Amino acid sequence: MTMQHASTDIAFRTAQVVDGLKDLEGPLLPILHELQEEFGCVPPEALPVIAEALNISNAEVHGVVTFYHDYRNQPAGRHVLKVCRAEACQSMGGDAIATQISRALGIGFHETAKDGSVTLEPVYCLGLCACAPAAMLDGEVIGRLDAGKIDEIVQEVRS
Amino acid sequence: MTVTIYIPRDSGALALGAEKVAKAVAREIEARGLEASIVRNGSRGLYWLEPMVEVATEAGRAAYGPVAAKDVASLFDAGFMEGREHPLSLGDPEKIPFLAKQTRLTFARCGITDPLSLEDYEAHGGLAGLRRAVAMAPLDIVTTVTESGLRGRGGAGFPTGIKWKTVLDTAAERKYIVCNADEGDSATFADRMIMEGDPFVLVEGMAIAGIATGATKGFVYIRSEYPHAIATMRKAVEVAREAGVLGVNVLGSPNAFDMEIRVGAGAYVCGEETSLLNSLEGKRGVVRAKPPLPAIQGLFGKPTVINNVISLASVPIILDRGAEFYKDFGMGRSRGTIPIQIAGNAKHGGLFEAAFGLTLGEIVEEIGGGTVTGRPVKAVQVGGPLGAYFPPSLFDTPFDYEAFTAKDGLIGHAGITIFDDTADMLKQARFAMEFCAIESCGKCTPCRIGSTRGVETLDKVAAGVEPEKNLALVSDLCNTMKFGSLCALGGFTPYPVMSAIRHFPQDFTPKAMAEAAE
Repeated sequence: MTMQHASTDIAFRTAQVVDGLKDLEGPLLPILHELQEEFGCVPPEALPVIAEALNISNAEVHGVVTFYHDYRNQPAGRHVLKVCRAEACQSMGGDAIATQISRALGIGFHETAKDGSVTLEPVYCLGLCACAPAAMLDGEVIGRLDAGKIDEIVQEVRS
Repeated sequence: MTVTIYIPRDSGALALGAEKVAKAVAREIEARGLEASIVRNGSRGLYWLEPMVEVATEAGRAAYGPVAAKDVASLFDAGFMEGREHPLSLGDPEKIPFLAKQTRLTFARCGITDPLSLEDYEAHGGLAGLRRAVAMAPLDIVTTVTESGLRGRGGAGFPTGIKWKTVLDTAAERKYIVCNADEGDSATFADRMIMEGDPFVLVEGMAIAGIATGATKGFVYIRSEYPHAIATMRKAVEVAREAGVLGVNVLGSPNAFDMEIRVGAGAYVCGEETSLLNSLEGKRGVVRAKPPLPAIQGLFGKPTVINNVISLASVPIILDRGAEFYKDFGMGRSRGTIPIQIAGNAKHGGLFEAAFGLTLGEIVEEIGGGTVTGRPVKAVQVGGPLGAYFPPSLFDTPFDYEAFTAKDGLIGHAGITIFDDTADMLKQARFAMEFCAIESCGKCTPCRIGSTRGVETLDKVAAGVEPEKNLALVSDLCNTMKFGSLCALGGFTPYPVMSAIRHFPQDFTPKAMAEAAE
């Protein structure tokens, strides 16, 4: 995921992705999702290729990419930890848990560890509100976070 | 005889270790050479007991929970395959008071069946509604839904049948059914549970909506934070298509209906119906001004039914059992059942489907069992981040759309977050403004700018800078946001803010802040 891609590769692959999805009704979000799946981000080089193929302006594509929280302009760390900061988790001491996680990882929210091991992000609700506080590590859901589970998370991202 | 063991695949159960439990059970079956199969069911919604494992015995289901992987060997040793006693025994799950007291209409199968088995779905009453619908005239289907009294379960409470009627009456060569599965409100997980635990009920509801209104294409817009729901729904659509439930001839009828699963990209505001439509079209999820109503000019400018997951998932039983059956539940103008989600600091957190009319106090204290920390309840937020904070003195409010409106609150998507007495309501009010600032789509000024000014002003109150004057300013700002915003994000953020100020004034006085600072 963190491999460097030459911009010609990106343009070529983007064209393939767009070609495979452009017949969908409203294809832009599915295209961006697939590019992010492939490159770990939506590479800036991909935008003009998408714009050309969908017959919309560069500005429109840029506007969409930057509107949504999910799309990245550079790849995340090897692991992505999303910690819920919403009310149900707050009611179960989620703020303190978030601070502990941030301290244990040595990074703040929206930051990636210097060694590229992990990116820490806030998320506003994972729908795990009856087993709060909750988090998601690389798509795996974790409920009732406590000191023990934080240790396990830290070990996993460092291994 | 092969014994069936049920281990939930619901995200909530997975978050509490269900996957490890399933692996341990599979290992024990293999090691002991037993004849048993594992079904990964949905959750019954009793999250303090998850992972809850059930065994189908001759005498019915026997439940055990909460099961950890380390308990599995001892369960087999104790003979749980025959439903025998173990320290984790819960007996017949349907006799657990939390379940026994519910009226499960929409969630009738959730946690009982194999979510992706269409045979199981039909064996438990599935597809009966759609079978009736294909034999009915579209107007009769719409009339049935209207007469059932079903109102939008997403939060706005608009009568579902009236929305459908508008789409039916609007002529167009193409119409759409859009399911809003962008369940972003904290404290809510009913949509997620149904998509993970009984996805065919949503497929069936959407197909009925399509036949009723003349729409041939459906989209389910699911938030990206729900990877398990996305995977289950995608698979369910494939299965339904192969079985002819979806396609050019729905259940062999001349009606065509097919659907697609789409994934959001982390924008809370896309739960607002018009920004969801923009997002589906591949645009920024910016709110549209209404009119035109989506029912007249919706997705790609075509007549569109946009309904919440639970609204659509409640349609099959209405068609199956009739409008009168459904309407018999509830109170006043709130008919039928509502899946209440008890969340946060709750002793018994989970999903409780019941007819409208329970009081807030009954839900929080009796059903939810108060706080899990054992401390007194200070406040409950009803309806997610845009819902009001209620103090225990308002616990006599019945769970009903109009009753909540009368108390300056809202039911929303029926999520309830319980807070104990350690909660700081000034902090909660500030968070409401902060959340609005993070998630505002930016189209209208009251929401975009008001939320940021709200955070700043509440910070001044917290710092003791002219608190009275600044609270008056917050109140004035909330008034502007409430009446000047285009959609519910800016328009409803004042609910949590003003309710916190009104009901918990002690948290906003300099004295409280002086104490907190010590």
